Amino acid sequence: MFRFTCPYCGERDVLEFTYGGDATVETPDLAAGEDAWFDAVYQRENPRGPHLEFWHHSAGCRQWIRVRRDTLTHEVLATGPAIGAMSDEEGHTETEKGTNS
Amino acid sequence: MTRQINRLDSWGRIDRSKPLTFSFDGTSYEGYEGDTLASALLANGVSLVGRSFKYHRPRGIFSAGPEEPNALVALRPGARQEPNTRATVVELYDGLVAESQNRWPNLKWDIQALNQVIAPFIPAGFYYKTFMGPFANTKLWMQFEKAIRNAAGMGTGTMAADPDQYDRSSAHCDVLVIGAGPAGLSAAQSAADCGARVILIDENPVLGGRLLKERDEIDGAPASDWVSKITNELEANPKVKILTRTQAFGYYDQNMIGAIEKVADHYPEPPAHTPRQRWWRLRAKQVVLAVGALEQPLVFGNNDRPGIMLAGAARTYLNEFGVLVGRNAIVFANNDDAYRTAFDLVAAGGFVSTIVDPRTSPGSAVKHQAEALGIKVLTEHAILNTHGHFALQSVSIAPIDDPASSFDQACDLLVMSGGWQPAVHLSSQTGARPVWDGDLNSFLPGTPRQAQFNAGAAAGQFSLHACLTEGLTRGAEAARAAGFSTGKTWTVPSVALEQPAQTEPYWEAPDPIFGHPKKFVDHQDDVAASDIQLAHREGYISVEHLKRYTTLGMGTDQGKTSNITGLAIMANLRGEPIEKVGTTTFRPPYTPISIGVMGGSERGQQYKPRRRSPMHDWHDDQGCEWVPAGLWDRPRYYPKTAQEGLQEAYIRETKATRGSVGICDVTTLGKIDIQGPDAAEFLNRIYTNGFAKLPVGKARYGVMLREDGQVYDDGTTSRLSETHFVMTTTTAHAVSVMAKIEFYLQAVWPDLRVKATSVTEQYAAIAVAGPKSRDVLSKVLDQDLTDAAFPFMACGPCKTSDGIPGRLFRISFSGEMAYEINVPSDYGQQVWDALMAAGAEFDITPYGLEALGNMRIEKGHVAGSELDGRTTAQDLGLEKMLSTKKDFLGKALAYREGFVAEGRKKLVGLVPTDGKSSLPNGSQIIEVSDKSATPPIPMLGHVTANGFSPELNTPIALALLKDGMAREGDTILVTFPLRGIEVPARVTSPHFVDPEGKRQHG
Repeated sequence: MFRFTCPYCGERDVLEFTYGGDATVETPDLAAGEDAWFDAVYQRENPRGPHLEFWHHSAGCRQWIRVRRDTLTHEVLATGPAIGAMSDEEGHTETEKGTNS
Repeated sequence: MTRQINRLDSWGRIDRSKPLTFSFDGTSYEGYEGDTLASALLANGVSLVGRSFKYHRPRGIFSAGPEEPNALVALRPGARQEPNTRATVVELYDGLVAESQNRWPNLKWDIQALNQVIAPFIPAGFYYKTFMGPFANTKLWMQFEKAIRNAAGMGTGTMAADPDQYDRSSAHCDVLVIGAGPAGLSAAQSAADCGARVILIDENPVLGGRLLKERDEIDGAPASDWVSKITNELEANPKVKILTRTQAFGYYDQNMIGAIEKVADHYPEPPAHTPRQRWWRLRAKQVVLAVGALEQPLVFGNNDRPGIMLAGAARTYLNEFGVLVGRNAIVFANNDDAYRTAFDLVAAGGFVSTIVDPRTSPGSAVKHQAEALGIKVLTEHAILNTHGHFALQSVSIAPIDDPASSFDQACDLLVMSGGWQPAVHLSSQTGARPVWDGDLNSFLPGTPRQAQFNAGAAAGQFSLHACLTEGLTRGAEAARAAGFSTGKTWTVPSVALEQPAQTEPYWEAPDPIFGHPKKFVDHQDDVAASDIQLAHREGYISVEHLKRYTTLGMGTDQGKTSNITGLAIMANLRGEPIEKVGTTTFRPPYTPISIGVMGGSERGQQYKPRRRSPMHDWHDDQGCEWVPAGLWDRPRYYPKTAQEGLQEAYIRETKATRGSVGICDVTTLGKIDIQGPDAAEFLNRIYTNGFAKLPVGKARYGVMLREDGQVYDDGTTSRLSETHFVMTTTTAHAVSVMAKIEFYLQAVWPDLRVKATSVTEQYAAIAVAGPKSRDVLSKVLDQDLTDAAFPFMACGPCKTSDGIPGRLFRISFSGEMAYEINVPSDYGQQVWDALMAAGAEFDITPYGLEALGNMRIEKGHVAGSELDGRTTAQDLGLEKMLSTKKDFLGKALAYREGFVAEGRKKLVGLVPTDGKSSLPNGSQIIEVSDKSATPPIPMLGHVTANGFSPELNTPIALALLKDGMAREGDTILVTFPLRGIEVPARVTSPHFVDPEGKRQHG
């Protein structure tokens, strides 16, 4: 049973979150054509190793966050807001790290 | 009541001042506080406790711990009955009732023991073999399956509901120590001394582990003194939490341990306000596994008779429970440790005639000690066979390389040991591969994958001195890894040093000269060495296949006393070293856990809470029939008399609404408050139709698509001000639409200045529909409701004459002139009452979900059964809702080839040609000409919703039909073969009533 560090709430149990899909997929512009949307909706990598996922803190702050998880070991490597730097990336600021400590 | 014939007057740790009465198979016995059911049965000389799984052989108590394969009983009577409970871990309590299992008519005379006679015809994989060879294509396997299921067996559960409570709890700590034997206690001690928060858990009611089952001395005093001292120290430390009767069953990600605390299993029924069991989720920075080792049996002919048990178990029954399990014992072992059993038995007044040891040179100390006690030590010998029926009478002993020289020796107890295997289960669950240690002849836990340390016998440190030393070291290391340290050093308590000779592998004794007695490897599943040989001959070389083919290790004990031996025999057959063959995968739970505790308190409404509208009690008072809608309860219909059924009621409610006025609780619809300067732009993107130019004070029907272009949800959205909208969603999608809106606002369009908030529960929503709806509303609201002032699709704030603020919408789902009023939830009932009072003169009629659905079918409005995730807007006649002037979510994929192809199933109406027969939901539609055709018959579509139109006086239905309205006027056949229904129906427009939509305009 995972625990994620929500960038807004701090470390929380996975039961508070809902999985939200592959976060490496960029949602195309609405005006982008069929091909771009087809790729975004259907084309998925199935990587073995670190992978970026969306999770929704649905029973918490209602914010969408991103989680870098190793699909092989289940290790949670980093978390971050829906947009912006992940906790293991440059540009990540302390204020994003959690406010409850 | 029988005497405890095997109980010693002074030995063991049971409390002889507290006698307890219990019954087994209807006979009453006495035991003492501190007993397990197994020890109490053995004290009373009960050696036969069960029948085996496949051959129904008589079986006795085999072990003294959680590994027990044989002594499975049905515990407790009535609704609390628990089948397959291991007698070896059941704490005895006064009034305990247990029954043996898998026997008929009784344990001694079990008719299916005849299975032993036909054993040669039911080999390993017998069931699978019935699929092939002479049985192929006969379907006989179905008959065999029935017979096998009947005969093979575990206990049967009770069908009564579990009357007890279960609980869940979580705890966090720096160091979690699992197992409170010498290593675990030492580890907890040093970790606590470092200042770490420590949780120490143990499956037994008291701490001490193996120390309570041996006669060891620590610091010159009985080991139990040391256990008490450390226990007292730990209990006095506020940073240490001790959980006894707690079995760690699973090791999960991020160092989480699942454990079950048996809070009240040692009572006939749990005391008031006490759960029977508690599920712990323990999360630790560091884990110390001091879980000990499991003694393994030896494999020889008829090694499963009552009276044969593990050597360590016999010691446990003696030293912990004061039970001398045999008066005339023989020891068969490949290691020095088992000699201690002989010494303890003799010390307690028993007699041990012989120690049979396949090794050439046992430890000289133990050998001399045995000989000094008058015990004959036969090295390079093995036991080939045993004799007796319900009790052991004698064994056949022979030199290991000369079965012909076998001789019989009388005995009533045979204790055996194939050496101790570290309990690598929890460690292996993390993915750490067990590593074979040839010197120790056992698997060690391997390199940890989690923040984990292994200590004591669990790490292959079998001597007491090593356990104490390693425990202290690992505990301190774990504390340091968790960020705690101390300058303190610990003195390892002084204990006798042992110099045991090496345990030598001895996996399988040879057959005796005459006969091929079954040599059991897995006692619970009746898997014998010959079954493994058979599997090997038939080409099963992977251990995972071996396991499944023979069922080795697939019982409730998960092969704790059989897996290693089984795969060693497999390795021998393959001519490969054991490490090459490897182990099967270890999975949670380590020991069986009850379904009840998995559910915890989440039962009934705790599992599925009921969402109630503010007017719930009113509906209930009317005697409405309820129907669940997601978690919500919704009134389905309001029977006017006790006799009025669903059909009559919803037709009456439909007529009343269309004829005068009806009132409906629509609180369950999702309501999302959307505010911000860019709110209109946002709605314009997620709805297919335009919202940018929706005037303030107007509502608009909107359709949302999924990203893949299929229809997602619909509802009305109203503009309360330039920057303020309130959206309604279907009841079903209220939660997911909210999450989607949040996703797009946060992750995709963060530049849009919009906030969205779910207000579903903040507002009570009431629909008032019918030609008299305006008359009713006018009496309740202080405002002008004329068409000029408040036309169709108007919306705005409102206030009731008694001052309750709300929002009014002139929207219609029924197709009649209708209003929807939203007021803060707490005022819902008051406003409902006011509307009912105002409507009395018009005979206002409350209508439920069934009439609501019926009226929308009459209008051809789509709902959940049409928005099934496989329909496009074009399929549902909503193509005009797809704006061509703007981009919207889902548009890019909405016009894909398959979505615009000819022959798609599209929304139509159906009317039975006889004007009477109903068209059930889910019916398949075929051509009339295919009525008697040979299958497969082309399926043209299905009925999605059906009802009855009082105005047309006929059953009606909506359907998704191939080619849709192109078939208008055709007659097709609606079929429901499971119910024998075949109804010819005419294809019509889905708009049955008021197709021009005039009524809603008033």
